[in-house]
Amino acid sequence: MDASLPAHMRPERSFQGFILALQRFWAEQGCVILQPYDMEMGAGTFHPATTLRALGPKPWNAAYVQPSRRPKDGRYGENPNRMQHYYQFQVIMKPSPPNLQELYLKSLAAIGIDSAVHDIRFVEDDWESPTLGAWGLGWECWCDGMEVSQFTYFQQVAGFECAPVAGELTYGLERLAMYVQGVDRVYDLNFNGRDGDAKVTYGDVFLQAEREYSKHNFEIADTAMLFEQFKMAETACRKYLDAGWKDGKREAHLMALPAYDQCIKASHVFNLLDARGVISVTERQSYILRVRELAKACGEAWIHTEAGGAA
Amino acid sequence: MPDLLLELFSEEIPARMQAKAADDLRRLVTDKLVAEGLVYEGAKAFATPRRLALTVHGIPARQPDLKTERRGPKMGAPDAAVQGFLKATGLTSLDEAKIQRDPKGDFYIALIEKPGRDAIDVLAEILPVIIRTFPWPKSMRWGARSGKPGSLSWVRPLHAITATFGLETEEPDVVKFSVDGIETGQTTYGHRFMAPAAISVRRFEDYEAKLKAAKVILDPQARKDIIFADAKELTFAQGFELVEDQALLDEVSGLVEWPVVMMGSFEKEYLAIPEEVIRATIRNNQKCFVVRDSKTGKLTNKFVLTANIEAPDGGKTIVSGNERVIRPRLSDAKFFYETDLKTKLEERLPKFDQIVFHEKLGTQAARITRIERLAAEIAPLVGADVAKATRAAHLAKADLLTEVVGEFPEVQGLMGKYYALAQGEDASVAAACEEHYKPQGPADRVPTDPVSIAVALADKIDTLVGFWAIDEKPTGSKDPYALRRAALGVIRIIVDNDLRLPLWKLLSEHAVQVMSAIYKDDTDLIVELSDWIGSAGNAEVPSNSFSNQAAESVYKLLKPRVEDLLAFFADRLKVQLREQGARHDLVDAVFALGGQDDLLMIVRRVEALGKFLETDDGKNLLAGIKRASNILGIEEKKDKRTFDGAPDAALYGLGEEKALAKTIGEVRAEASAAVAKEDFAAAMSAMAKLRPPVDAFFDKVRVNDDDPKVRENRLMLLNEIRSATRAVADFSKIQD
Repeated sequence: MDASLPAHMRPERSFQGFILALQRFWAEQGCVILQPYDMEMGAGTFHPATTLRALGPKPWNAAYVQPSRRPKDGRYGENPNRMQHYYQFQVIMKPSPPNLQELYLKSLAAIGIDSAVHDIRFVEDDWESPTLGAWGLGWECWCDGMEVSQFTYFQQVAGFECAPVAGELTYGLERLAMYVQGVDRVYDLNFNGRDGDAKVTYGDVFLQAEREYSKHNFEIADTAMLFEQFKMAETACRKYLDAGWKDGKREAHLMALPAYDQCIKASHVFNLLDARGVISVTERQSYILRVRELAKACGEAWIHTEAGGAA
Repeated sequence: MPDLLLELFSEEIPARMQAKAADDLRRLVTDKLVAEGLVYEGAKAFATPRRLALTVHGIPARQPDLKTERRGPKMGAPDAAVQGFLKATGLTSLDEAKIQRDPKGDFYIALIEKPGRDAIDVLAEILPVIIRTFPWPKSMRWGARSGKPGSLSWVRPLHAITATFGLETEEPDVVKFSVDGIETGQTTYGHRFMAPAAISVRRFEDYEAKLKAAKVILDPQARKDIIFADAKELTFAQGFELVEDQALLDEVSGLVEWPVVMMGSFEKEYLAIPEEVIRATIRNNQKCFVVRDSKTGKLTNKFVLTANIEAPDGGKTIVSGNERVIRPRLSDAKFFYETDLKTKLEERLPKFDQIVFHEKLGTQAARITRIERLAAEIAPLVGADVAKATRAAHLAKADLLTEVVGEFPEVQGLMGKYYALAQGEDASVAAACEEHYKPQGPADRVPTDPVSIAVALADKIDTLVGFWAIDEKPTGSKDPYALRRAALGVIRIIVDNDLRLPLWKLLSEHAVQVMSAIYKDDTDLIVELSDWIGSAGNAEVPSNSFSNQAAESVYKLLKPRVEDLLAFFADRLKVQLREQGARHDLVDAVFALGGQDDLLMIVRRVEALGKFLETDDGKNLLAGIKRASNILGIEEKKDKRTFDGAPDAALYGLGEEKALAKTIGEVRAEASAAVAKEDFAAAMSAMAKLRPPVDAFFDKVRVNDDDPKVRENRLMLLNEIRSATRAVADFSKIQD
């Protein structure tokens, strides 16, 4: 931890200070620090900086915060740690550096978790995303019995082998910050690190949103519109993918990113429909497959782009 | 003789894979050594979360020299053959070959001497191959090299390989090789947090000791012993008792290199949650042990955790951290439990209409209806109250929709029992909610309460008949619906409880029920299908007896599948009996009788047969029957015919013939009567009466008489022996 920081910026006092400490740490390791992707998604992995950049031979090191939208996890603001919107901090390094575990442990130190005092463990957890056609091996990282991060070596993304393999770290920011700040209810987190009247809590920022979105996600969201949106996103994705092949030949692609946006969109719309309980068990599987087909097609387009390593 | 030390140092290996990996490493290396002529004295392998280690001691320093002879072409063979021979054997000219005299001609013989290689060179060759092809259940690529084809796959990134070889008294050599850029050496590392520095090691003894000094206990058994002993002591000191859990101990010992056992606690109010749920919460999510009060035998508000470090604050932070994680988990569990109690089990059932059990077998609701019907059908056969069995079948699956079971699938059934009791159900009904899943495996208890038996059988038979009806039975190692376990469960419930069940009837009738789910609009078809069960049983239905063509085609499809399912039961029973030590040939001898669908009677027959064959009468009779069968077999082959049918009494010329014929008649009647009364011991005693006349017959009578009519008649008499004994078993299947 940086001792020169003013009190209100320290990770153990301030949620934003906590995020800044992580960003700073990973910037030091040579990562580009990106801003959140401007679309709704269920996990930081969906960000094109991870999903697409994990494919192809080019080195890529990035870190970013990504709001994670999980409509089904909403609890109207009444559960102390479940929310339909929370933050993930995502790091991706391709190829995975040989000391990625040590870097991870140092990053914990940077946010005030000293591995001499805490019991840090790497517990088997194989990661798989059926919607992204992706899987990897790694661990959930435990701190004193609490899962605080996900650590994965990507083996396959969008149905393609990762060559070279990227290492991915996902930190559950609120949970970690709660631990470091010593609070039991997420809404009690000190957001800005100030005291008294100047203090802003996580609840001040997000509690109302949790209530409103829970109502929206479970009760009100317009399902007819959402079904339509799913179809529109799916159709658009296919259309952009078809139109993107340069000179109509499947050699170079010029529109992988816009097409992938539609895949992200379809995935989120599906999650909303799922939260509304209008998708049966059997249909559920077929929707997941439809999104996966889009993700795979986008992955294929991506590896024919310049950043995907085609040129 | 020199020893080998091998260590593969990696990132954290999943706990569940460590024991097998250590064993595989030992087996692969030692097998290969032996195959290379290097017979070692002993080997032992170890695993921690970050390393696999192997020590093999007493390896010869060199392979023995090998002398082999190789036979070449005949003298004067064409030059091409000679050249080929020289090339293959490495001889420079035929002068170096010996000549061997042989009746077929004189041949060149090459003497090839292959000098043994140094063991260290052999190791340098075999170890990298073993590493590259190591059988991890799941492995991965990593790092910059993973961009190229052929890069190493390991369970998690591999960082260092220590490989030394040498005598106890000397500085060992490094077995030099490299795998994917990792060069072997003699440097390893201690505990990730407490002693991360590099350690130079020579051989196993100093390796294990230096690791211990660097806060790594290499031997998993030693880690288990520490955890177990410390946990017991810690709980005992406070008047408590550890709830032992071997599987958890195995797992926890694979998550730490330096176990530090500590105790934490949670709020007493959570003890209102059923104990199994507390245990599941703490065990599954936190990998901690629960603790009971030694006086009351009930769980207390303590738990035992195993950390991987000795912290400077004595572990205070770690304990309080774990407590902070367990609290919300228990709070969730309590909330789930209390929420569940607010809804009656039957009120949950309508939801099953929306849940597909299997695409082809309909919804869970349809399945529950079938199980209810079948449980009611089975109830009177097993002494259960029909109303209770139906009620239990009705409620037994409802807990699948509760919050607690949603969170902890392993308490399914058990929660059903709790919720059933809470809403005032009959005790047998509640018990059946739990016990109808039993037995879950070979070690699990078999239900004994009649209501539980009825529902447990109905549940399993519905699953089996369903998947057989749609032709999705287990193949090879693939058994995704655990159908083998279900069949074995049915067998154990029947045999352990001495139950008589007409399986053919139950299975085929239920198959029609399953079909009615698939053909629900076609009532004619179902009525017709039900008819054939009622009238025909196992026999073939004449093809023109169906008026509904669809019914006929479904019948033709279904009957062989039910027969196949019955055969599957027979196979599982065979496996089961064999595992219990019954001779497999006796099992075959009983199954060879055909048409056996009463599992209990099959078991009884096998038991009686086994006892009978242990007596002198049994052994001698078996010999007599075998002799008769052998003679018949030879003569049948010679004459290309069988000798079926009753012999002609007028053709008996000798007293022994008449006596045998008379005894066969008596024995047949007695044995059949005994079998009809299911008194297999009596049937065997009746068989024993055959022994003296059979012995006398073979003693005094020449079967192959000169008069062909007499010969034929005697062969027919022998055939009678065989057929009479088939009342209890097919003796020809029995081995001596």
